Amino acid sequence: MLIGKQSWQFANKPVIESWGSSGGPFEAEGKLAADFDVLHDDLWMGEESYEKAHRVLLEEAIKSALQKGNFNKEDMQFMLAGDLINQITPTSFAARTMEIPYFGLFGACSTSMEGLALASFIVNYQGAKKTVTGASSHNSAAEKQFRYPTEYGGQKPPTAQWTVTGAGAAVLTDNPDKQGKIVTTSATIGKVVDMGISDPFNMGGAMAPAAADTISAHFKDLNREPSYYDLVVTGDLGRIGQATTYELLQQSGLEITKEQFKDCGLLIYNDDQPVQSGGSGAGCSASVLYGHLLNQMKNGVYKRILVVATGALLSPLSFQQNETIPCIAHAVSIEMN
Amino acid sequence: MGDKKKQKMTPEQQQYQELEQKHELKRPVVKNCIKAFLVGGLICTIGQAITYFYIYFFNFTEQTAGNPTVATMIFLSMLLTGFGVYDHIGQFAGAGSAVPVTGFGNSVISAAIEHRTEGFVLGVGGNMFKLAGSVILFGVFAAFVVALVKTLLTMMGVL
Repeated sequence: MLIGKQSWQFANKPVIESWGSSGGPFEAEGKLAADFDVLHDDLWMGEESYEKAHRVLLEEAIKSALQKGNFNKEDMQFMLAGDLINQITPTSFAARTMEIPYFGLFGACSTSMEGLALASFIVNYQGAKKTVTGASSHNSAAEKQFRYPTEYGGQKPPTAQWTVTGAGAAVLTDNPDKQGKIVTTSATIGKVVDMGISDPFNMGGAMAPAAADTISAHFKDLNREPSYYDLVVTGDLGRIGQATTYELLQQSGLEITKEQFKDCGLLIYNDDQPVQSGGSGAGCSASVLYGHLLNQMKNGVYKRILVVATGALLSPLSFQQNETIPCIAHAVSIEMN
Repeated sequence: MGDKKKQKMTPEQQQYQELEQKHELKRPVVKNCIKAFLVGGLICTIGQAITYFYIYFFNFTEQTAGNPTVATMIFLSMLLTGFGVYDHIGQFAGAGSAVPVTGFGNSVISAAIEHRTEGFVLGVGGNMFKLAGSVILFGVFAAFVVALVKTLLTMMGVL
């Protein structure tokens, strides 16, 4: 049901039945290694190219999500997923393997929540009994497309972020038994915001206004106070973007505390890992949510969380043509029933 | 940020960017310069040592030792790139490892490795000079302009 200007409330509370995640060697050294279902010690993952390895990541995340919920791929009506690579081939090729009717999504790093919002909407209105949604990214495949060759010795500024090699996927069902289950209750779809930042090595700074816009819109539409949530977690703002978003929210009068405002890009790695401003990529929010955060909810650490995934909608061409970076953010609220 | 760029922005965008600047982490320019000076100097010292090596142990003169020295430095750069070390040196040293000929080698070799998956012709062949191409183009053009100026000055009897 549409509520307010740009939000949906899911009266039938779609259940997040199971979830799975996969990661690369760098994530295995990070803070959340224990929450990944599959970890690789090699960026190639036994494949011939980084793009193929990227596909493997998503396949593994979906397979572990299915396996943990005792589902077969034939049980799934739809798959909603996406990634950052041109024409989202890794995701589409994974959909070929999975043989599930498929919606390919692109919202850059906001794809994870774009997928979860749409999957929740479909399940809420009986459009499907079971759907799978997810997102993934691969550091080397993203570097190759957006920046320089992986072995090129260019110096990255401290504002740069490290693309996560990882994938996360979740199975949503219309299970009527919602007792003690994790459910999605509402979603806010963001609009594209461009505050004129054109530096592709400062994604956090570019995405912060979009994040603040969507978070403010969510609380306005649902007529809630930030204290409703135990945690408001952004996708991949990193150090700069997170601090900026926090200040923007404070200015707009939202009473949100530093303790309840976190960022997946800052949660995933250890402080001594050389990631400059933090993690990023579509796989960042997906692997942290469909691993660490939902595990924490299951263990009772959090009861209600708002996940806000942010995406920078640029291409290697657009920034070379001196275009600024338009950004977007989508939010989904997830609650323990 | 240039004034021209600033004029194109709305007041709202300008206001936001001022706020964002407060949180932005600045490049440590002085520290980077010192690191670049030291590493760049070290690379050049190694190059000088190799030049002397060719002069003393082979029949090269100071003029002719340049070519084998450059070849050796690029070979070393190739090994370091292939073993995944050069990009870490680059992150530490910045211009210190980018400006010497080893940086040029690194840009060619890293692109070649990267695009090996698209085959030898369209992948390696087509992409090898995607970073170094502009260095070659503008390097050759700059040399041409300097030579032209020198020739003209010589003809006019200034030099």
